[in-house]
Amino acid sequence: MNENEQTKHHAPGYGLFIGVWAALMVLTSVTVEVSTIHLGFLNVVVAMTIASVKASLVVFFFMHLKYENRTLKTMVLVAFVILAIFIGFTFFDTANR
Amino acid sequence: MTEHRDYQGAKMGMWIFLFTEILLFGGLFVLYSVTLGRYPTEFHEASKLLDVTMGTTNTVVLITSSLFAALSVVGLQRGSRKAAKVFILLTLVLACCFLVIKYFEWSHKIHAGIYPGGEALTQWEPGKQAFFGLYYIMTGLHGLHVIIGMGVFLWVWTRIAVGTCTPEHFVALENAGLYWHLVDLIWIYLFPLYYLIT
Repeated sequence: MNENEQTKHHAPGYGLFIGVWAALMVLTSVTVEVSTIHLGFLNVVVAMTIASVKASLVVFFFMHLKYENRTLKTMVLVAFVILAIFIGFTFFDTANR
Repeated sequence: MTEHRDYQGAKMGMWIFLFTEILLFGGLFVLYSVTLGRYPTEFHEASKLLDVTMGTTNTVVLITSSLFAALSVVGLQRGSRKAAKVFILLTLVLACCFLVIKYFEWSHKIHAGIYPGGEALTQWEPGKQAFFGLYYIMTGLHGLHVIIGMGVFLWVWTRIAVGTCTPEHFVALENAGLYWHLVDLIWIYLFPLYYLIT
């Protein structure tokens, strides 16, 4: 079975990607606009939240993760959990010095 | 002799490589966050010196290049080598735009003496020196990834042209796309952290 037969049933088309791109553009302008409002520490939280929404759109659609099997999805999840542990534990340390 | 191909395995291998990239940049993001926690006011002041218009333009350029990379895979899946090649060239053109804008940003800063060891930067507070040190390392490493990604796309473009990457076996293009989207993903975080924390 070649690669085309393996993906043709669920491969996304041009329209979906253009829609995702439009959403990414909107989110980019939102994050730039929000940064001009002074919210103190919340600015960082809002910026990182919007960045993570954009990142999810890229990972699930552009990188086709939505259409991959459960094994690959789990692997990606584990990689990001490890990253979160890495970041989280660093802060447990540095925040309590 | 029958050819052995493993489509799922090829993609999984690429993802495992991308995990190492995520942890490579992850380490730098941790360093950035800890330093931001230590020097919040200096980071705030230093970040104002970066040009938001140029940063936003580069974000739009890179996300759009990612769109073209994704569309090139659709083109090839639907049997059009020509569409795939055109979309790859568009990706490469935007990648060049990204690097040119980056070059102007960096050279402007370097002329003003704002670089590690530069005459202006060495006079400033340690927090601002840390900000610009991290800025050059992280955007520099990211820029290197853009250059490598362009090389990968040129290689895939050649493979499509000579017929070894085809509508039946397009995993090389798909993996090149995965690499490119990761580069885009990293920029999605770099952009607010450096340009918008003001």
